[in-house]
Amino acid sequence: MSLFAVDGLSKSFGGVRAVREVGFGLDAGEMLALIGPNGAGKSTCFNVLTGQLAPDVGRVTFDGHAITGLSPQAIWRLGIGRTFQIAATFRSLTVRENVETALLSRAGGLRGFWRPAAGRVGAQAGALLARVGIAGLSARVCGTLAYGDLKRVELALALAGQPRLLLMDEPTAGMAPAERRALMALVASLARAEKIAVLFTEHDMEAVFSHADRVIVLDRGAKIAEGPPAAIRADARVRAVYLGKDAVEPRR
Amino acid sequence: MANFVVQFLNGLAGASSLFLVAAGLSLIFGVSRIVNFAHGSLYMLGMYLAWSLTEAFGRGSAFGFWGAVVVAALGVGLAGAAIEVLVLRRIYRAPEMFQLLATFALVLVLKDAALRFWGAEDLLGPRAPGLRGAVDVLGLRVPEYDLFLTAVGPAVLFLLWLLVNRTRFGTLLRASSENRDMVSALGVDQAKLFTAVFFLGSLLAGLGGALQLPREPAQLAIDLPIIADAFVVVVVGGMGSIGGAFVAALLIAEAKAMCIALGDVEILGAVVSFSKLTLAVEFVVMAVVLVLRPWGLAGRPPVSVEGQGAAAPPLAPPGMLFWPTAGLALMAVAFAPLGGDGYALVLLIDISVFALFAVSLHVLMGPAGLVSFGHAAYFGLGAYSAALVFLKLGWPFPAALAAAFAGGGVFALLFGWFCVRLSGVYLAMLTLAFAQIAWSVVHQWDEFTGGSNGLIGVWPPEALKDRTLFFWAVLAPCAAGIGLMWRVVHAPFGLALRAARDNELRAAAIGIDARKIRWIAFAAAGALAGLAGGLFAFSKGSVSPEAMGVARSVDGLVMVLLGGVNTLAGAVAGAAGFTLLQDELARSTDYWRAALGATILALVLAFPEGIVGAFKRGGRRAGSVR
Repeated sequence: MSLFAVDGLSKSFGGVRAVREVGFGLDAGEMLALIGPNGAGKSTCFNVLTGQLAPDVGRVTFDGHAITGLSPQAIWRLGIGRTFQIAATFRSLTVRENVETALLSRAGGLRGFWRPAAGRVGAQAGALLARVGIAGLSARVCGTLAYGDLKRVELALALAGQPRLLLMDEPTAGMAPAERRALMALVASLARAEKIAVLFTEHDMEAVFSHADRVIVLDRGAKIAEGPPAAIRADARVRAVYLGKDAVEPRR
Repeated sequence: MANFVVQFLNGLAGASSLFLVAAGLSLIFGVSRIVNFAHGSLYMLGMYLAWSLTEAFGRGSAFGFWGAVVVAALGVGLAGAAIEVLVLRRIYRAPEMFQLLATFALVLVLKDAALRFWGAEDLLGPRAPGLRGAVDVLGLRVPEYDLFLTAVGPAVLFLLWLLVNRTRFGTLLRASSENRDMVSALGVDQAKLFTAVFFLGSLLAGLGGALQLPREPAQLAIDLPIIADAFVVVVVGGMGSIGGAFVAALLIAEAKAMCIALGDVEILGAVVSFSKLTLAVEFVVMAVVLVLRPWGLAGRPPVSVEGQGAAAPPLAPPGMLFWPTAGLALMAVAFAPLGGDGYALVLLIDISVFALFAVSLHVLMGPAGLVSFGHAAYFGLGAYSAALVFLKLGWPFPAALAAAFAGGGVFALLFGWFCVRLSGVYLAMLTLAFAQIAWSVVHQWDEFTGGSNGLIGVWPPEALKDRTLFFWAVLAPCAAGIGLMWRVVHAPFGLALRAARDNELRAAAIGIDARKIRWIAFAAAGALAGLAGGLFAFSKGSVSPEAMGVARSVDGLVMVLLGGVNTLAGAVAGAAGFTLLQDELARSTDYWRAALGATILALVLAFPEGIVGAFKRGGRRAGSVR
């Protein structure tokens, strides 16, 4: 059984069937991209996978635990890290404090009331910041960072929990092309080196096709294709969805 | 049975005036996002104006009363519009807290203005011409005027509904409460719209006050209880929902009326006096509604505003000189009275107590991001806990202080459980409502708390008769409490609080349970405020309900905001400055409230980003030259 298993997932809003019977598995160290045109149900699907929305039908399990209905804290405790579409960091804290907060949380150390927080997990924080390539920014306040750097801080926050699964909602949205490539390369190398399973939604096809091991394509809530990037690229239905039917099947 | 029917009708009449005030408050908030603290003062103004106008137009005539009601309502509406134009319009871009501070300053100014014009005595209103009689209901007499009031609520609800849903002005109102900037971008003159909304909302408050005059005398003390009631109604009904406010007003007024109707009931051999539980019932209704529907009956969760506005400055770790400096300052304060007179000692004791109080509030408002309008509740409950165990159980001074700490903490734990479920202005209103309820219970429970007279004879032991020694006995726990808070804010727990304040979703995604840590912070702040209250009781030798009044809560807010919400030292400085300023004003003028209010207004208008913000900007400029 896969580390992360999604089975027969459906979710409707009123009469709109945003997600219909979607199912897939994801293993350690694998990068899976969830793509689809606007309105395909990516965000709804993603929100169900992160436990934020309850599905109408279906199961999402991680390492044998059903995660639907669990609090975000409980999901984190199982070893699932996540990043948001708009980078979410603690903007009045420094980069180092951001990461230290997450590290202390992992170590169960946030309940300390007396000894100062500063420096308790300093070495670990430094190593983590170096890993995501922002060691030089550690004293900066997050609210003053450029967006690309914030994305890296957020990645560091997610990694601080030593996750076995990373859920990333449009990890490169809002970034410049060069930054996108660098961030995706970083995520891919971390995933492979540390056997982290990564599920990401993405609009940027270059990021998808150069880094994903496997791609799932959604259209109108349903899964229309699943496979390695090369196969997806050649899939007629996928091309029809993205480019329009006429482009693929010229009118006779 | 008849009694129930009569009380039911009475409840309906009460619901109407409650609804008028709450609808105005909700309307103003919906469009301007300003919680107008002065709304209760406008109600009070409506009462006084109606009283004077009735005298002027002739007490007996129909025009004398009804004309006065209409003119008073319009007059209050104009006063509200004037407030918007002269004060609030200048600070729409200022931090939310400063807007609140400004409206509270208006409360102080309006109260003293009323004192100046109408005096301190309650003014008995006229009876409504044409509705002086009573109607026979099941053998009991119900005043015609109450039946009239019962009809006013639904009538106003209907008119407001027409206005909001069937007119161009209403469309603008709804659009503005959805998205202010978009409405502005579409070319609507916001300034005019805001003035109009303030006129309308204030008019409703004035009308509510004027119509209440035949049932209740005009009085200075009505402003804060009314605003607290209106807050409860708005929170229960759902912020910005006029229909919700109507249902909530009905629910609360009827729940109270039914308690009065029940009277004394024997339950399991014990006599329970329901008529004395009217305030507790308000609490119960609110608690039940908020547990089931956190944003009120008809409310929607507020749109998340994370990532907007200015971020709090980072908390710098202490420099090399921090502890030596703090130690020296403490020594200097400790030995200051040796050279001064007795009066300086009194002031120093007050400053110490209020510094602890302000720091406990700072921890909530700064690192935890929880704005409390009712922090004095825990100060007062601590003071009463200390006084009660000292007087009734004969506990010694230190044990009484421990009781104060525990008393403040336990109630903060109880009330905080509800409060931390909300955020922003909802939270602020709920804290105020809890404080008002606690105040009312203490105020009404004569046998236990001494009612409005309070408790006397709370003196420190013989060994501390010397005031300098007593000062040290006060200073030590205050300094310890402040030091403890400082440690907590810099400890991992403080880090978690600040993280959750900055971004709750992100905090949850790294395993931080924001609600839980806020609850802990709320309780800790309550316990320290309670300790400050206990020290206050012993320093004055008595406690009275004023110790936990809304005015004291706002004193705390002013201290924290004037000193700068993001620094703990700022709260200490704010407490010292505020205590000295208040003392100076109280000695030099009878209208010290107005003087204080005017000072606050002047400060807010001169430094709309906050005094500390202004200093910081100056400092940065100086720094960049270097």
